[in-house]
Amino acid sequence: MSKYLLNKFLFMVDRDPELVERYRSEPRELVAWWEAECANTVLNCHTGEASTWLRFDDVEREALATHDHVKLFELGAHPFLTLTLFIAVFERDNTEPLEYQKSYGARLAHFAMPYPDIAT
Amino acid sequence: MASIVAVIASTHHPFYYRASTATGEDRPPFADEWTSKILAFRETLTRARPDVLVMVGSDHFHQLWLDNMPQFLVGKAPFYDANWYNEEREFGLPRMLLKGQEDLSGHILRAGLDAGFDLAFSNELRIDHSITCPIITLRPEADLPIVPIYTNIFAPPLPEPKRFVQLGATIRQIVESWPSHLRVAVIGTGHLSLELGGPRQFGPHGPDPEFDQRAVEWIANGDLDGCLREVTLDSLHSPGNATHGFMDFMLMMGVAGAGVKADYVDTLDLFHTMEAYFTWYPNGAPAA
Repeated sequence: MSKYLLNKFLFMVDRDPELVERYRSEPRELVAWWEAECANTVLNCHTGEASTWLRFDDVEREALATHDHVKLFELGAHPFLTLTLFIAVFERDNTEPLEYQKSYGARLAHFAMPYPDIAT
Repeated sequence: MASIVAVIASTHHPFYYRASTATGEDRPPFADEWTSKILAFRETLTRARPDVLVMVGSDHFHQLWLDNMPQFLVGKAPFYDANWYNEEREFGLPRMLLKGQEDLSGHILRAGLDAGFDLAFSNELRIDHSITCPIITLRPEADLPIVPIYTNIFAPPLPEPKRFVQLGATIRQIVESWPSHLRVAVIGTGHLSLELGGPRQFGPHGPDPEFDQRAVEWIANGDLDGCLREVTLDSLHSPGNATHGFMDFMLMMGVAGAGVKADYVDTLDLFHTMEAYFTWYPNGAPAA
């Protein structure tokens, strides 16, 4: 299990407008492509040096592929990263201000303190 | 030596820019009151006639990432580009370019290292809304050189709250020992109770109004003893899952000094989170 890799996916997709759109329209394909092509990128190395060991487990991959922010919260993905990306993907469907943000919180209502640990 | 002409602590609300510039049907009902409070708060900085701004904030996973995460970082660059694509997208924040004060950056790094803080540094730092929000609210001309200081309130493991206070007190001493005639304001932003990406987010008030009330009293009274007695890394989860940003307020209490009451205090109860604004004048309040 890798909270770090979940966070890395959310972080990298969120900052790229094209990936945000692909995550909205084809999440399963985008997650598979990202895991194959980007998961092992060392972000601070401009020459393309890569790691060799990073991969999702099945639960993580499925949570990302199904836009399941509740499961991501349970897995300890960083809530700021999840929220920011999911607002980018879904806020445009709002019919009133903050509609998505409020429903996002309501779907997490069954979580009591302490929340899942987000330390990586 | 340099003088600290104002110490300012504030929340940094990324929605202020859009709310305050919106017109007609897009303008939210709370925008007029919010703008009015910001203008009064801005005056507390303007009146101090600063030459340089030391800006304490926290990167929100923009440039600083989990592969190489500093706890405390000082920018040392001649310029700082500011705001990021996802901040434009979500908050409508503008791109900005701020000048740096490299001499003071270098002084803070050298003296900070010598004082026992192993500060990280950056010679190319694109800053985010934790620093641009107070520029927009307090100095929208964005004409003064800055020294950005980032703290990690975001990616555990975090430093203990007392370490933030100690760093604040050390920044005060270091700036006051800077061989310069310039007038420095130290401005830092954090949060009161706040929930992001959790069940208590985007409520009609902040997630824990009782904590907010106590927090405002601690800050307004400079009550570091009371604050440090109650606030721990564990306790900060309870008021809201992003409340560790309160430690930047504690850092600013360290700058202002234990037991020193703020000269200016204001708050605004908004949806999602409470706004809070504080100004101290270490050398006495300037004439209005």
